[in-house]
Amino acid sequence: MLRTIRICTWALVALLAGAVVLATSGVRMPWLGSHELPLAAAIGGPFELASTNGGTVSSSSLKGKPFAVFFGYTFCPDVCPTTLLDLSLVIKQLGPAADQMNYVFVSVDPGRDSIEQLKLYLSSFDPHIIGATGSEAALADMARKYRAIYEKVANKDGYTINHTASVYLMDADGRFHGTLGYQEKPDVVVAKLKRLMAGA
Amino acid sequence: MMTTGTKLRSAAAAMTLVLGGAVGWSAIGHAADAASADGTIKIVESWTRATPAGAQVAGGYLKITNSGSQPDRLIGGTLTIAGKVEVHEMSMTDGVMKMRPLEQGLEIKPGETVEFKPGGYHLMFIGLTAPVKTGDKPQGTLVFQRAGSLDVTFDAMAMGTMPAGHTHN
Ligand SMILES: [Cu+2]
Repeated sequence: MLRTIRICTWALVALLAGAVVLATSGVRMPWLGSHELPLAAAIGGPFELASTNGGTVSSSSLKGKPFAVFFGYTFCPDVCPTTLLDLSLVIKQLGPAADQMNYVFVSVDPGRDSIEQLKLYLSSFDPHIIGATGSEAALADMARKYRAIYEKVANKDGYTINHTASVYLMDADGRFHGTLGYQEKPDVVVAKLKRLMAGA
Repeated sequence: MMTTGTKLRSAAAAMTLVLGGAVGWSAIGHAADAASADGTIKIVESWTRATPAGAQVAGGYLKITNSGSQPDRLIGGTLTIAGKVEVHEMSMTDGVMKMRPLEQGLEIKPGETVEFKPGGYHLMFIGLTAPVKTGDKPQGTLVFQRAGSLDVTFDAMAMGTMPAGHTHN
């Protein structure tokens, strides 16, 4: 810091130093839209979680078919059940075509969501939707790879979990394809899923 | 204020609406309004939603009006089918869902009407002793610092129901 200030007495050098600081200090670059790296660069990656279908569900077990994956938890009064319901309605609308991809609901609350609890909860939704969860470390690792926010916040007598609510669409090779926004129009979602399944 | 009669629909019709991906709640057979003993706090359009199997929580939604001359504060409540009731705030920013309890409750200023709705302020019913089914009318109380306790009945709407006027993104 001090050193920089001393250098700053030379106007020209100061200019140069300024340029270097900008380029290396992680200053937000508006042309990227956010502080993250450009999108498709690295969203997704290997993961392995316990599955409500028994055994595990992983990036490799999902290979060969596109999949939709999203984060949530059952101790959630609104966004999570609504997302699951919306997705169930879309799956119904897709009809038999819905079988050409997978749907994974990842609980980021392993403290409250056992596989049994997830199974029970998901029995209220379309049976295509697989529930998954794992250790906090495994979930944090997956969230990091998916550039998803996942933070547990303690309060007076418990905790809540802030999380990315978008649905990630991944292609048959596990590469990022796009997202579904919360409460996106069902017709738009159906079109997006058809495009994903067509490999377009 | 909406009248019960004009917009009354059966729970089954509401279910069809929701399953059809259409809009949502519009004072469908809504529960009785509630007012505090001193008349300063009024609650209308109190509703909740059917919960998935095994759900431990549900959200409670309503409109609170403070027609008194002093600020009041919603500090808590009860629900017969829940272990406890908290006042929560939720937000959705850049696709991230955040929810937190308001440990000091929520102030309602004189003349103000605050709407509790999905995606915003809500009552958090925690520790459900039974799942909420469409058409249920769970009962409870809301407690205000000045106005005291009010009895409130919540209309359980179908899962995914959104308040009237809500639009899809
Ligand atoms: Cu809440």
